[in-house]
Parts: sequence; structure tokens; C-alpha cells
Amino acid sequence: MKLMRLIFKNLFRHRLRSALTILGIATAVMAFGLIRTIVGAWNAGVTGAAANRMITRHRVSLIFPIPLPYRDEIARVPGVTAVSWANWFGGVYGEPNDFKNFWPRFAVDPDTYFDLYPEFQVPPDQLAAFRKERDACIVGRKLAQQHGFKLGDVITMEGDIFPGRWQWVVRGIYTGRDPSTDETQMFFQFAYLFEQVRQREPGRPVDAGFYILRVGSSDAMARVAAAVDTQFVNSRAPTKTESEREFQQSFVQMSSAIITSLQVISVVIVAIILLVLGNTIVMSVRERTREYAVLKTLGFSGRHLVALVLGEALVISLSGGVVGLLLTFPVVKGFSKALPTFFPVINVAPLTIALGLGAALLAGLAAAAIPANRVVRTPIVIGLRTVG
Amino acid sequence: MMRIPFSYIWRSLWARRLTTGLTIGGVALVVFVFAGVLMLARGLEATLVESGSPDNAIVLRRSATSELSSQIDRATADVIEADAGVARGAEGRPVLSREVVLVIDLYKKKSNALGNVSIRGVSSRALELRPGVHIVQGRPFQFGTHEVVVGKSIASQFKGVTLGAELAFGGDRWSVVGITDAGGTAFDSEIWGDADQFMQAFGRPVYSSLTFRLADAGHFDQFKARLQADPRMQYVELKHEREYYKEQSQTLATFIRILGLVVTTIFSFGAMIGAMITMYAAVANRTVEVGTLRALGFARRSVLGAFLLESVVLALVGGALGVALAALLSFARISIINFQSFSEIGFGFALSPGVVRSALLFAVVMGVVGGFLPAVRAARLNIVNALRAS
Repeated sequence: MKLMRLIFKNLFRHRLRSALTILGIATAVMAFGLIRTIVGAWNAGVTGAAANRMITRHRVSLIFPIPLPYRDEIARVPGVTAVSWANWFGGVYGEPNDFKNFWPRFAVDPDTYFDLYPEFQVPPDQLAAFRKERDACIVGRKLAQQHGFKLGDVITMEGDIFPGRWQWVVRGIYTGRDPSTDETQMFFQFAYLFEQVRQREPGRPVDAGFYILRVGSSDAMARVAAAVDTQFVNSRAPTKTESEREFQQSFVQMSSAIITSLQVISVVIVAIILLVLGNTIVMSVRERTREYAVLKTLGFSGRHLVALVLGEALVISLSGGVVGLLLTFPVVKGFSKALPTFFPVINVAPLTIALGLGAALLAGLAAAAIPANRVVRTPIVIGLRTVG
Repeated sequence: MMRIPFSYIWRSLWARRLTTGLTIGGVALVVFVFAGVLMLARGLEATLVESGSPDNAIVLRRSATSELSSQIDRATADVIEADAGVARGAEGRPVLSREVVLVIDLYKKKSNALGNVSIRGVSSRALELRPGVHIVQGRPFQFGTHEVVVGKSIASQFKGVTLGAELAFGGDRWSVVGITDAGGTAFDSEIWGDADQFMQAFGRPVYSSLTFRLADAGHFDQFKARLQADPRMQYVELKHEREYYKEQSQTLATFIRILGLVVTTIFSFGAMIGAMITMYAAVANRTVEVGTLRALGFARRSVLGAFLLESVVLALVGGALGVALAALLSFARISIINFQSFSEIGFGFALSPGVVRSALLFAVVMGVVGGFLPAVRAARLNIVNALRAS
């Protein structure tokens, strides 16, 4: 108890220094939290993948479409309970270099797609309206919010993969069932794409971009994948079937270099915390060399002195950690507001909080080690003789 | 006004080696990350921009964001090839390559994950158009056969693309007969073959783009206007090749910069606070010294200058250390997806004088901001009180 009082007295001797150190640690912990959250957001597609969905795409690359008649053949494979398909549309909305103007646009089969994706919740009347009109589209809640899309609005964009000017009427706005659901996508009828391309570029085939399969149980996945892919192995468009999780994982893999560098940076942050805190503790201990000698003379043991130094370091580092984590939330929010469609799903994970505190704690222990050792080792006489 | 000698500043820093070292370390780490991010963005831009040659122009479908989403039919290609704006080679044939760009999946060596690789079908003039691309191993591919040459970045990053190996794509097998070195440009991350063979294999009737040498680089605008006036050419767009590649780098480079700068700005707070703590402690410890200096006749401004300079020296040493650390990164190469072309591009960290300047400037700013308040405190000390301090 006495020790606690001493620790706090010490802390308040150099109020400015303690406050600055806490602030320094807080910024570093906040950066740590932000980076971990960004890495988490990168993986959101993987986390949000359903356990009973699989994706069938062209074996050579996702850029090649696969024939529409595959649909019935896939549906007949034992274990497959439902099939739908979608096409990546691409397109350029407004100023192309603005991140805000990019979001995923898919041409989907209106009758089956939303059954396979129950996490995209569309009000029944809106879904019915979407199915009725060829040029209807459904947009995510976040996307609608950001661009101010309302029911009945017209969205116009310039096609790149499918050239020309394209227009849709917003007939539905979906909301995500889970916090990990992407609310920034846009869907429109595949039939619209099909008919328009027929008209605009006669002779250009329009096939499915990829198929989405629902399977009865996740145990069946390996069997289904093998069955589907064997079926088309010698055809014009051989396929690759994998779980939705693996499919999403392959996208994350493409940017793995960025994730790796972010992880390196988060280690650098821990080092920075250590340096800032270590600096403060070293300074304080040096200034108090004589006092520690006095304490020793009074009969305080080495253990007490270690507790004093360590206690001060831990109080500072943990306060910094807590302040930093509290700051993380508004910063992440601001970040997701600035780049809403780049990271559709961005949440501070509990593990991030635990790791942030852990990093602060570790830095506190490490920073106190050398100075505490020095205090214990310094003989009383030398300590007393030191001129600060 | 008399200036406080620099040796005083230097010795003060040296007297508190541990603290000085820790602060320098903090600044160095921040500058390291800062410089690393800039080098990465520079490296990407350099790789892509250098891919384009100033004498070349590229024809794409209007509003196509990359060659991947572009389509040019044979009739259009014929019209452009016949235009006087296209340079003629030795036998009077146009220096133009009709190309098709597609993406295939290959397994990466390191992670065993699938990565996207660009394949470019070219015409016979392709190498003449891009003098930077050389065959370093094996030989060029033969037109009319299923032979390909592979960029060195692909050969080193992906499995099974060695000389003599066979690749399976487009329902056929393709033998690797050569490895190319394109001097670190985007072509190092591509596989090249005969455009007609690729189009046949993939059942694709149209080209992606046309690249040609301009007969006269100065007449680009006239050429462009001529195309725009031609009713048959309404769906195509003419661009300088460099311009096109610059656009290709934009999204990813901007993303790297934004992310990196957000992170380093936050970091720099930490480093500035570190410098501030050190300098405040320096002032507090040297109160008597400051009093003595003032008593000797040094002005308040000299004291302010000395402490500020001390902080800047601290930051500059840290900055130099950070840049030196970052320079080691130039040996590393990374390969990452460029979503604009939906394929992997290999590039390195490029250290340029501009990056060094920015990084050191950044360090100086941290030193000035971190040292200013403590220096003001030192300058405002009252002589008598300062001398009396214990």
C-alpha cells in the first residue's frame, strides 16, 4: 500500500513528462489498433464467408466466363442443393480516380441469388419490385448512405468490360444480417446485361462469371468440388470449384505483401512504445539515484525498489494503453468514413484490444528491466555520492 | 548576438548517451517507416511509368480502364495500321504490335497460393517497340507455334515456369523457350507469346490493344484529332504509352501512400513526444548551466537557438539512421496484385533523392516541433533563479 502511494507520488513529480509519455504510448497503441483493424478488414471477406457455399469459376482465371448451360449440370451433382450465378460488371462511376466511386457491381440471377445469400436482407416488397423490372438494381445500405441513393433513383455509369452507358433504377436497399456482412455492393439483373450486350455488341457471348453453389453440409465440399470439376475437365471451359472461404482467401493472398508490411509495422510500433517509455523511466531513475540510496539506507530492500520502478513503468504504460485503445474507436470510425467502400467491413476486434494492452504491458516490463537492475546494483555509498 | 558554440550542443547530447540514443532510435524507426512507404510507392510508379516509351502510343477501347477490359477489332486495327501517324520500319512496314492481354493463374513459389499472371500475345514488332526487353536465357518464341517467353519476375516468383517447362492454359500446352529481362518494368511480370495463337486458344476474336511507334512524337495531338473525326473510330482512344502506364499505377500507388502516410503521421506524434520528453529533461537538468550561459552574456534567443538546434541534431541523426535502414529495403522485391490489371506486378523499393529529402525534412520537422516548447522554457528561465536551482 505504502509502495502504491510512493509510485503515485513519483508519477506526479514530473507531471508534464508523465503526461507526455502516456500520450506518446497512447498514440502508438492507437496506431497499433488501427493497423490490426485494417488487417482484419482485409480478411473480412474470409470471415464473412458462409460455411455451406462454394464457388465454381474458370480454371485458367476468374476473368474468363463459363457457359450458362453448366448451371443445370452443376445442379445435378449430388450434394448441391442450390445454384446461382453472377458476373463482375466493373464499370466507372463518376471520377474514376476517387476511391469512393468504386464498389463491387454484379449482374445476378434475381430469382436465386438472394436465397443463396441470406445475409443480404432485402425487404420482400423491394425484392419483388427488383424481380419485376429489367433495369432494376439493389444496393447496400452503406453504399446508399454514402452516395445518397434512394429508392427510385437512377444510377448511371460508363461500362469498361461491357462498353457503353448503363443505367439502373434503385428498387431495393439491402441490409447486412451480421456485422461482418458487406453492405457496399450493388446487384442488377443478369438478363438485363445479357439483353443489352446482345443489342450493343451482336455476336459477343455473355456467359456466367462464376457459379455459387450451396451444399447440404460442409463435409460434402471436397466431394462436390471433385465431382463438378471432373465433369468439365475436358470441356471448352474447365472449372475450379472451391469453398467460398478459399475463394475469398485467394483475394486476400493477392495483397499478402501489403498485409505482411503492415504486420512488420505493428512490430515497429511496439518498439517505438518501448523507446518512448524506456526513455522516461531511464531518466527518472537517473535523477533519483540518490533517493533510492536513501531508501536503501532506511531499510527498503531491492525488491521494494524494483517494485517502485516497475510499478511506475506499468502505471504509465497501461494508462497509455487504455487511452490509446479508447482513441482507436473514433479513429477507426473516421477512417471508415473516409474510405467507406475500400474496407466495407471494419470493426475493432476483441483480440486487437487484448493485444494492444498486452503490447503496452510488455513494453512496461521491458522498459523497467534495465533501470530497475541498475537501481538494485548501485551500492548505497555511490548512490549517495551521485550528483544529478 | 553571440551564438552558443556547436560543440556545447554536441557535448550535451553525448553526456546523456542512453537517453539520446533512445530518442534517436524512436525518430529513426518513424523515419524508416516513412521512407519505406515513399520508396514503395515510388518503386511501383517507376516500374509502371518506365514500362511506357515516350515514342510509343497505345490504342484502347474508349473508357477501358486497362488493356484487360479493352477490345479492338481487326477492322479498326487495319485502319490505324495504315495511318501515316504510325512509324514505318526498315522494309516500310508499320512498327505496330496488335496485342491481346489476358490473365491466367499460376501457383506462387513462396506461399503455394494462386496468383494472377498477365499473358500478352504480341505481333512480330513487339520487341522492336520495346527496346528495353531482352531475352536473357533461351531464345525468342517462334510465331505460329505454342511457344512463350517468361518475364524474370514471373520466373522467380511462380512455380514451374523455368526454361523448357510446359504451361497449361487455354486448353493447350505452351513451352517456355526463353526468359526475358525488361529492366524492372511491368513486362518483367508478363508472359509473352504469339497474339494469334493466344486468341485462337481462348476463342477470342478481338485484340486488347494496339501499341505502335509514333512517326513523329510531336504530331500526337493531330493523330488523336484525326481519329476522333473518323466515324469508324468512335469507340477507340489514343494515349501516350507512358500516360497509360502512369494511370495503371495510380490507384495502387495512391492507396499505398494514403495508408502509409496516415500511419506515419500517427507515428510521428509518438516520436515528437519522445523528443519533447528528452528536451524537457535536458532543460530541467541543465537549469544551472542555462543560468551560467545567460550570466556570461548569451541572449535568450541564443539559448532558444541552442536547445532547438540540439533537438534538430537529435532528429537529423535519427533521420539519417532511418534512411540508412530504409536503404537496405532496396534489396527487397515484392510482388502484389494491381487490381487495375488484375494481375501481379513485381517491383522494388526505389530510393530516390526526393525520398531522402522528404524523409530528412520530416525528421527536422519532428525535431523542431518536439524541441520548440522545451527550448522556449529554457530561454525564459530567469538568470538569478536558474543559477540558484539545485
